[in-house]
Amino acid sequence: MNTIIDILTDLDYGTAPEDPSIVNAWLERHAQGFGHFIAGQFTEAGETFPVLNPATGKTIAKAAQGNSADVDLAVSAARKAQPAWASLGGHDRAKHLYAIARHIQQHSRFLAVLETIDNGKPIRESRDIDIPLAVRHFYHHAGWAELIESEFPDSKPHGVCGQIIPWNFPLLMLAWKIAPALAAGNTVVLKPAEYTPLSALAFAEIATEAGLPDGVVNIVTGDGQTGAALAGHGGINKVAFTGSTDVGRAIRKQTAGSGKSLTLELGGKSPFMVFADADLDAAVEGVVDSIWFNQGEVCCAGSRILAAESVAPQFERLLRRKLATLRAGDPLDKSTDIGAIVHPEQLERVRKLVEQGIAEGARLHQGTVPSGCFFPPTLVTDVQPASVLATEEIFGPVATLTTFRTPDEAVALANNTRYGLAASVWSENINLAIDIGAKVKAGVVWINCANLFDAGAGFGGYRESGYGREGAREGMSAYLKTPTPETETPEETPEAPKPTPAGKVAPGDIDRTAKLYIGGKQSRPDGGYSYAVFGKTGPVGLAGLGNRKDVRNAVEAAAKVDGWGAQTGHNRAQVLYYLAENLSARRSEFETRLESFGQDAKSASREVDVSIRRIFWYAAQADKFDGAVHQTKSSHVTLAMNEPIGVMGIACPTTQPLLGFVSLVLPAIAMGNRVIAIPSQTHPLAATDFYQVIETSDMPAGVINIVTGERDALAETLAGHDAVDAVWYFGTREGGMKTEHASAGNLKQTWVEDGAARNWTSAEGQGRVFLHHATQIKNIWIPYGE
Amino acid sequence: MADNSKDVATPTGGAVEPDTRPTPVDHDIERNPGAPFAPEMFERHPVNLPAARRRSATLPSRRSIKKQWQAAWLVNAIQCIDLTTLAGDDTRERVGRLCAKAKRPLAAHILKGLGLNGMPVTTGAVCVYPTMVAHAVQFLSGSGIPVASVATGFPAGLMPLKLRLAEIRYAIDQGASEIDIVISRELVLKGKWSQLYDEVAQMRETCGSARLKTILATGELKTLRNVYAASMTAMQAGADFIKTSTGKEGVNATLPVSLVMARAIRDYMDATDYRVGFKPAGGLKTSKDALCWQILMKEELGRDWLRPRLFRIGASSLLGDIERQLEHFVTGRYADSSRHALA
Repeated sequence: MNTIIDILTDLDYGTAPEDPSIVNAWLERHAQGFGHFIAGQFTEAGETFPVLNPATGKTIAKAAQGNSADVDLAVSAARKAQPAWASLGGHDRAKHLYAIARHIQQHSRFLAVLETIDNGKPIRESRDIDIPLAVRHFYHHAGWAELIESEFPDSKPHGVCGQIIPWNFPLLMLAWKIAPALAAGNTVVLKPAEYTPLSALAFAEIATEAGLPDGVVNIVTGDGQTGAALAGHGGINKVAFTGSTDVGRAIRKQTAGSGKSLTLELGGKSPFMVFADADLDAAVEGVVDSIWFNQGEVCCAGSRILAAESVAPQFERLLRRKLATLRAGDPLDKSTDIGAIVHPEQLERVRKLVEQGIAEGARLHQGTVPSGCFFPPTLVTDVQPASVLATEEIFGPVATLTTFRTPDEAVALANNTRYGLAASVWSENINLAIDIGAKVKAGVVWINCANLFDAGAGFGGYRESGYGREGAREGMSAYLKTPTPETETPEETPEAPKPTPAGKVAPGDIDRTAKLYIGGKQSRPDGGYSYAVFGKTGPVGLAGLGNRKDVRNAVEAAAKVDGWGAQTGHNRAQVLYYLAENLSARRSEFETRLESFGQDAKSASREVDVSIRRIFWYAAQADKFDGAVHQTKSSHVTLAMNEPIGVMGIACPTTQPLLGFVSLVLPAIAMGNRVIAIPSQTHPLAATDFYQVIETSDMPAGVINIVTGERDALAETLAGHDAVDAVWYFGTREGGMKTEHASAGNLKQTWVEDGAARNWTSAEGQGRVFLHHATQIKNIWIPYGE
Repeated sequence: MADNSKDVATPTGGAVEPDTRPTPVDHDIERNPGAPFAPEMFERHPVNLPAARRRSATLPSRRSIKKQWQAAWLVNAIQCIDLTTLAGDDTRERVGRLCAKAKRPLAAHILKGLGLNGMPVTTGAVCVYPTMVAHAVQFLSGSGIPVASVATGFPAGLMPLKLRLAEIRYAIDQGASEIDIVISRELVLKGKWSQLYDEVAQMRETCGSARLKTILATGELKTLRNVYAASMTAMQAGADFIKTSTGKEGVNATLPVSLVMARAIRDYMDATDYRVGFKPAGGLKTSKDALCWQILMKEELGRDWLRPRLFRIGASSLLGDIERQLEHFVTGRYADSSRHALA
């Protein structure tokens, strides 16, 4: 009996269900099945798949299974609409985005209820988090559209974007994808997740209502095959994907060599670090907002709790108490904390992983859930770093708790993962908190908070969590391109190095041996072979024929000097200026070298001259390429810090053997990266001469490493090396494709261009674009107040 | 609060011991006798303000209490109200009207509509100045409703300790069974915790069997770390309740402050096993506020802190709003206060 007198005994919360009747009626109207949304029209449904309400297990709709013909239609609709959309201009696009934001707001409850029914997430979260953030994203990007001409001069939209989004935040992820794409002047074909297509289809209706021109947004529903058809479609210019690392890797391979721009927001196994001086109660709520939020189906969730040994028992006690108060059940109930897992298949996946963890000795502490497609909020103790529960992204409400002794150990454990999406750091000591924030390898760091989002801050990962940012200026730039130089005569594949005696080498005074340069030492190639370098009339010297092991050694040497990036920009600049000074002192030697390759005196002199100036330019930039403080929430500082990417492989073009090398290596090291450079395959001796300049310039050993030899083979080895964080490849189309393909292994960032496209002597040869490619942005959230 | 998360037995570990402590009802919640002064329990205790604000901001939206549950929770709130008048123009007659309302806070037709006509619904107490205590005692005679008196130089507390203690004795002599004292804010702001402990301990001793509610005047302590430390000191000194505000500060009860005090109560219980009550005062004016604070109690401390023994709301106008809400629940029509008896 629920009489008031009964309720007064226990004071239960009772039930407070959100009324779904309006959404149910909408679903009823579409009972025959949803088609795709193409060129402003819904197609006939054709072949469909069922869409479930995971909380009830009931089929609530049927959505069309997109095939390649559907994708074709959608891409050509987007293509057709794109020129007019781009030429509308920023202000008119801003008005459209503003209208979309308004209309989403006006339909906010409808969308919240629909999202909850489709996804299983609690209505509180869809109502108070997903929908408001989606609205905010459209408003924010209406602003970018307005400002695009002035804030991003010389930038152009990519054209047609293929966007594939996950099921955990269906409408919000749609907003993150569509808003910046449209603001920039792109048109899109978006594929929502198979489990959760409904809010995207509702969005299509809302965009129509708001007057968005036909074909600007197209929605194709379907499964992974539909997504593959979209990502692989020849008619799109950019692929943006949010989802699992495995699929991201497949897309990287699929798009290798296609020239498509690619951004990936992938999985995570983010650390949640609790230091001894943390407000433990606050940190407990942080866990609730992190891994026990959205059923743990959150890519950036702090699923690995690391607690200082001195407070771990108390923290565990508080967490377990908290578990007992979490309410799991009907997602439509306004008092529900934990809703349904999105789909029985996902539930099965979570269960299997947890069972495996138990078999490995883990111990579970759980809240309670009703039967059905639910998984209880779970804390796992007695778990070792090697356990599947500590390494695999579970995508369920499961957190592991392990301890650390010192801040150093905390950082080591935090970074002991192939991912790098987010980190949450809890300490009342600002010195400690920011130090940890700087050391942890993650694209987003929340200090004394967790899972805070705002359109005004960038979001995205390091390492196998992907690349590219969403939100803020950095997110906008992912949907714009600086026109890259194009050439009629692409670089030709250089002749394979010949490791046999080559005939009479032009005489010098005393014979000089060009070696590889690894870890600050001149070293002979591991293979013991050399190859001839030719001038206009014949061989002018020998260069070491580097191999895989030389690359391995160079990467090891580079990995060791991680202090380079931590130095001040000023200190790095000093070393760089010194390089220029020493190069200048030896300019005639370099001019002679370049002339020996067949250049005339004037061009050789100019190449050395520009090289010296270029070194100066990057020395000057070393302490000036600043980050930003984003405006997000009140009483929050949100820092966007430019950080070096880490260890970079750089494959140089064959042309301009000194200047090409300098133009690529200098921006990388100016920003604090360490480099393994493969100089011009045909004329590597200018670069090997350069190591003597390096040696006299106080450059720490290992910051620049030079491996000469067959560029494409060495580049592919670098691209496939898991300890290399980025690869730049300037060479042939085929070499670029191989590099991109091999980069899928650890999903390192790549920058691939035709080696003959850029005129290195001109302004094209330097600029901020090089610095952007040499850095990644870490957003650090610091709420404040006492 | 009990740790009753469910432990799953695994090959390596058994279930943790369940909490076997019985759920106490009012009469067997033992009174906090105080504890030795132990500054290590609070001196380095961190409280993160932005986090407390986040928790407070989402608390009301994480739990929704509707329909008959809402009605029941509002009735419960009434039973926890210290119906208060603390004005310079208080008179015997004014106190009489307040007491009448305390005895019958809801109109008969509302009680009947709620199915509670057999149940004596009253407020938790009536709270007045010391010179009004005798009147209140007289008006409430036979009702079982306790009379609470402010004392110790309320609201500023800037009187010699001797006089403050004398005022407690006076109020008790007049018949008050609960004493709402104010602490010396100066001692908090100067970090003189041991002296604060001594003062409150003497007040507690002076109270004898009367319940001691310690007003921290959190709006003047400013930082949440101060609030936590003052809460812990007061409990160590033997407070039966810790109370946010006098109602006279610029900022009175807020959710972040209440959250921190609730957590201090929990930490004190973990350390001593004694349950100390909580009283937010000042600023709770709407039914929504009453629900919010009760949700806070239930989430952070548990069901026991929804009983008048451990939870009071210091308020005057709140009751009127609750009565309107309850009438709406009963009749389905929005209500007007002109139809309800004035407090």
